[in-house]
Amino acid sequence: MIILTMKGVQQSFKFLALLVLVLFSGSIYANTSNENEGQVDTKKEVEDYILHHIQDSHDFSLFSYTNDEGERKHVGFPLPIVIWTSQGLVSFISSEFHHNDDGHVIVEKNGLKFAKIHGKIYELEANASSVNFDEEHHAVNAHKVLDFSITKSVVGVLLVGILMFFAFTSLAKQYKKKAIPTGFGRVLEPLVLYVRDEIARPNIGEKHYRKFTGYLLTVFFFIWVLNLLGLTPMGFNVTGQLAVTACLAIFTLIIYTVSGNKDYWTHILWMPGVPVLIRPVLAIIELAGALLIKPFSLLVRLFANISAGHIVVMSLIAIMFTLKESLGVAGATGLSLVLSFFITLIEVLVAFLQAYIFTMLSALFIGMAVAEHEHDHNTSGH
Amino acid sequence: MYNLIGAGLIVIGAGIGLGQIGGKAMEGIARQPEATGKIQTAMIIIAALLEGLAFGALFLGK
Repeated sequence: MIILTMKGVQQSFKFLALLVLVLFSGSIYANTSNENEGQVDTKKEVEDYILHHIQDSHDFSLFSYTNDEGERKHVGFPLPIVIWTSQGLVSFISSEFHHNDDGHVIVEKNGLKFAKIHGKIYELEANASSVNFDEEHHAVNAHKVLDFSITKSVVGVLLVGILMFFAFTSLAKQYKKKAIPTGFGRVLEPLVLYVRDEIARPNIGEKHYRKFTGYLLTVFFFIWVLNLLGLTPMGFNVTGQLAVTACLAIFTLIIYTVSGNKDYWTHILWMPGVPVLIRPVLAIIELAGALLIKPFSLLVRLFANISAGHIVVMSLIAIMFTLKESLGVAGATGLSLVLSFFITLIEVLVAFLQAYIFTMLSALFIGMAVAEHEHDHNTSGH
Repeated sequence: MYNLIGAGLIVIGAGIGLGQIGGKAMEGIARQPEATGKIQTAMIIIAALLEGLAFGALFLGK
């Protein structure tokens, strides 16, 4: 019955697509009818798991399972907690919280009591023995502390930093002996040249690009490697942390603000070629653009793209559990495997694209700040 | 509820914008295939700027 022509193949594809659609619409009904009698709310559990993954955490948990006795077992390793409290610096290992995240486990150190609530460490008041909550689930007898812990994201940043340091110093050393690198350097060289010749040189200009290539290369490889690290099953989500992307955007902001030349600042503060009355208005807009909107768009773009990618991948993996009743175990697993495989391939592309865009826009902003205008403002209006 | 409607509106707007950028870039490449590289670079930059705006709006509306 199978006709091996292009048309036949296309038709069977259409049939498959229709089948998937029908199965999906059927599954919605199945889910709603089953929801009342099931003892475990799969949807809620999946949501919690995804949210937990997106956030930074104080321990490195690879996976967890429930054993035959009904006990929850966590596999992973703890990380050091370093906090600045009312009595100075305190540090201990995060395993003392026993994976508790709702403030029930109290850790005593130096006569102070600590609890962990939703990934944040709280210091209890002097005479309190347990955390009390008000109606909106805010802790009433505990307050947050300054947290300098080596969290999961910090581990990721350090790991990538050390990796990049060794990879690029060995690449740089090779050029002292010979012109062509060998080994892993051959992979890195075209990428370095790509950033220099396709991103830095055309956007910043022939005269100044050398000075900024180092920063652009660092940012490019840092973001790219961290994005790729986020796609491994280890559960890193470093470039999906607002703090990390904000820090990178602030670096770019400082660099183009400090290196801006006279032309750049005149164009911002006292725009030539427009009526004098409009100049202050333009100055406000330009200042807001240069100091707020540019870095904000840089940081939010990277954060949102990577976080959205992680949420999509994990939601597609979760199809395995949410559609188990309607598709059967094999069907749901197969569907989730196929979908998450292809979305992960797209995420590999996005990982490169976001690193490229961040570097490209940084180069563009720096280029705007150091560009030298040769035209005469008195004759040509802007 | 309202922020969901807002998110939908943002996505519609961003979708129209991205469609315009992509479509015009395609036309440009079709007319001048030798300028593909330059057009692609400009397209990605403008798409990134638009994306930043859309994400910023989504983020603020959350």
